[in-house]
Amino acid sequence: MSDSATKKRPQYRNISVGQILKYRLPLAGRLSILHRVSGALMFLLLPVLILPLFAMSMSPSGFQAFAVVAGFPVVKIVFLVLIWAYLHHFCAGIRYLVLDSHHGLDKYSAQKSAGVVFGASLGLTFVFALKLFGAW
Amino acid sequence: MATPEKIGAKRLVVGAHYGVGDFMIQRITAIIMAVYTLILLVGILMMPSFTYESWVALFTFSVGGLPLGQLLGTLAFLALSYHVWIGVRDIWMDYVKPVGIRLTLQVLTILWLIGSFVYFAVIIWGA
Repeated sequence: MSDSATKKRPQYRNISVGQILKYRLPLAGRLSILHRVSGALMFLLLPVLILPLFAMSMSPSGFQAFAVVAGFPVVKIVFLVLIWAYLHHFCAGIRYLVLDSHHGLDKYSAQKSAGVVFGASLGLTFVFALKLFGAW
Repeated sequence: MATPEKIGAKRLVVGAHYGVGDFMIQRITAIIMAVYTLILLVGILMMPSFTYESWVALFTFSVGGLPLGQLLGTLAFLALSYHVWIGVRDIWMDYVKPVGIRLTLQVLTILWLIGSFVYFAVIIWGA
């Protein structure tokens, strides 16, 4: 008989803020927490940075001004962080959809696919960095 | 709380959703956004040259009088809003235990997202 509504569930509070950086997470664990961090970052910046920039780009004068604004290295770094956030969230999300369909659930495959996600998202971010900083 | 009804051996019904609906919506909205990303990507790759006109047309093109660009963008942003709501709500539920603070953050999240949705709609339909 179930009594899940009344029984107090055990809580394991073994995470403390001061120790977060010392935890040795497996690669898939790093992917997971960065999935959350990248999502939260895009959520926070959506109406205060992403949409204002989008609004600016949709007006003729703003579109012209964009090139000037995007010339500053600080702005390029902000763009690059956002591009990384999108790419990481996208690639890690695809991996989760694959895992949801019961593919690659064993430890070895899961570690390998986490590596593939990092390779793809960081590789693509690097390509955008080259483009942004004018490699071609 | 109402007297729980027992259904089956393991589960009792307490009026709570068990999360399957949100689980599915999180994945369906993700796929919608991924498809929209690909549409934008194809649109950018098909541009003869990257000009202001082609950039605006990417989001506001119409087919036979139908504002398809705006419709697709609005639907994708709707999917985004729901997706972000589930994700951010889970963050508050994981890390913020006091009910009052959690509820406040959840309400602010909803306002933040509705504001974003309206902002996006104004940009894309007004352009």
